[in-house]
Amino acid sequence: MLDLIVKENRQLNDQYFLLILGSLDKLPEMLPGQFVEVRVDNSPETFLRRPISINFVDYQKNELWLLIQIVGEGTRKLSLCKQGELLNLLLPLGNSFSIPSKTDSKLLLVGGGVGIAPLLFLGSKLNEKGIVCDFLLGGRSKDNLLQLKEFSTYGNVYTTTEDATFGEKGFVTNHSILKSNNYDLIYSCGPTPMMKAVAAYAKSTNTECEVSLENTMACGFGACLCCVTDSTDGHVCVCTEGPVFNISKLKW
Amino acid sequence: MVDLKVKLGRMELKNPVMTASGTFGYGTEYQDFIDLSRIGGIVVKGTTLRERQGNAYPRMAETPSGMLNAVGLQNKGVEYFINNIYPGIKQFETEIFVNVSGSTIEDYIITAEMLNDLDKIPGIELNISCPNVKEGGMAFGTSCLSAAQVVKAVRRVYTKEIMVKLSPNVTDISDIAMAVEAEGADSISLINTLLGMAINVEKRIPVLSTVTGGLSGPAVKPVALRMVWQVAKAVKVPVVGMGGIMNATDAIEFLLAGASAIQIGTANFIDPTVSIKVLDGIEDYLKRHKFGSVKDIIGALEV
Repeated sequence: MLDLIVKENRQLNDQYFLLILGSLDKLPEMLPGQFVEVRVDNSPETFLRRPISINFVDYQKNELWLLIQIVGEGTRKLSLCKQGELLNLLLPLGNSFSIPSKTDSKLLLVGGGVGIAPLLFLGSKLNEKGIVCDFLLGGRSKDNLLQLKEFSTYGNVYTTTEDATFGEKGFVTNHSILKSNNYDLIYSCGPTPMMKAVAAYAKSTNTECEVSLENTMACGFGACLCCVTDSTDGHVCVCTEGPVFNISKLKW
Repeated sequence: MVDLKVKLGRMELKNPVMTASGTFGYGTEYQDFIDLSRIGGIVVKGTTLRERQGNAYPRMAETPSGMLNAVGLQNKGVEYFINNIYPGIKQFETEIFVNVSGSTIEDYIITAEMLNDLDKIPGIELNISCPNVKEGGMAFGTSCLSAAQVVKAVRRVYTKEIMVKLSPNVTDISDIAMAVEAEGADSISLINTLLGMAINVEKRIPVLSTVTGGLSGPAVKPVALRMVWQVAKAVKVPVVGMGGIMNATDAIEFLLAGASAIQIGTANFIDPTVSIKVLDGIEDYLKRHKFGSVKDIIGALEV
């Protein structure tokens, strides 16, 4: 449990904001795919912490980035926090995406909506290993496609929007790169229907695939048993056995 | 020095702060956050004779000042507990109680019998109050007759401390408390969760897969406190109070109402270090009011 200081609260548009958090102490080691549980102070309408995936860690500046979509009262309260305020976090929580050992691996990172958040950190970590990856990012509209510049520093960026305001029109699984490429591994994070479609594509092409689930949680560290998903091992906690699962473990 | 020790039936706890079943895993989940040896006792996750997968997701709904859960006693069964979990937790320097649940009286008997042999488990918490399992759990705890039957049957085979956990979903909780006391309960803990529900209005469906679930958190505290006060007056055995305790002041309210010890539940999810804060807060309170022992405030409510 750590108190981090809000260095910047950057409103990206009316739905999304980026919290840049700092600390006087060195931030702990964090892995791509892991998440934090943020306590929402001064929020009588909410009760529990909010699980938020790690968007990026800048170890040089000792910064943790959280890309957050306003979906309810808790995230709305967080969107109001000001520079200099302290936020109480449990971190890092959960497992992580696997990093291939072969540097010539062909990897696709598929994100939808705010689900793109952990893929930036994953892309940066893959880059450190010398792997350049393809990002396929989708959103309902142009406003849902965020951090495109940051993503482009770590790989090739392909985009889709449902209303054709940016990139190819349609869902991520309609994108033309899926027709012309063979990947060794696909990572995905986003709405469940999107991840299921990505998983179906991966299965049809016999490609390894890891997805990051975001079931509702009470604790985030395996005590409450509320966030379970049905797996080949029965009900398992998304917070401790996940949030990242190889699709072969899920009953999808 | 303030004396924090309390008596619980035939045993003594180093202090009155315990953690509630289903909110504290097996203690191991909290080892990174707190020094477990500081707390008075841990009640580990509800354990049944056979493995249970629990209910389907979604199992949780956030509510005003609380939450609903419908976990449904997910656990790997008593044999797994004995062989795989117990060896890893028996060295904890705190009293470990196992919460025992069953669908039949026979289940309760066999499970309790198997746990009786574990040296480092001084007692069980007999759960006759889980609202999230179809047959069993709460069904036993909502009538004096069936509550008494379970306690009587387990008392025959279990020689150590039996704490009986009561359901608040009854007309008169004192009657149930007296019934289980008469059959040999060493202590009584209350309250389990209050039956509730939540609806997703956009989809016009229940939020929980089971439709109803158990409400916990500060929303239930006034109800819990009232019931602890009633039960403490009705029985001679020690009472362990719980329901929405978030801080030391809440805990002290329960002690004043007559609880010999308290359990912290849902608050652990939001602040995994809360049990230590509650313990420190109780000690500060006793010093501030110049009490030499925590026993001085148990049931000290002036009405």
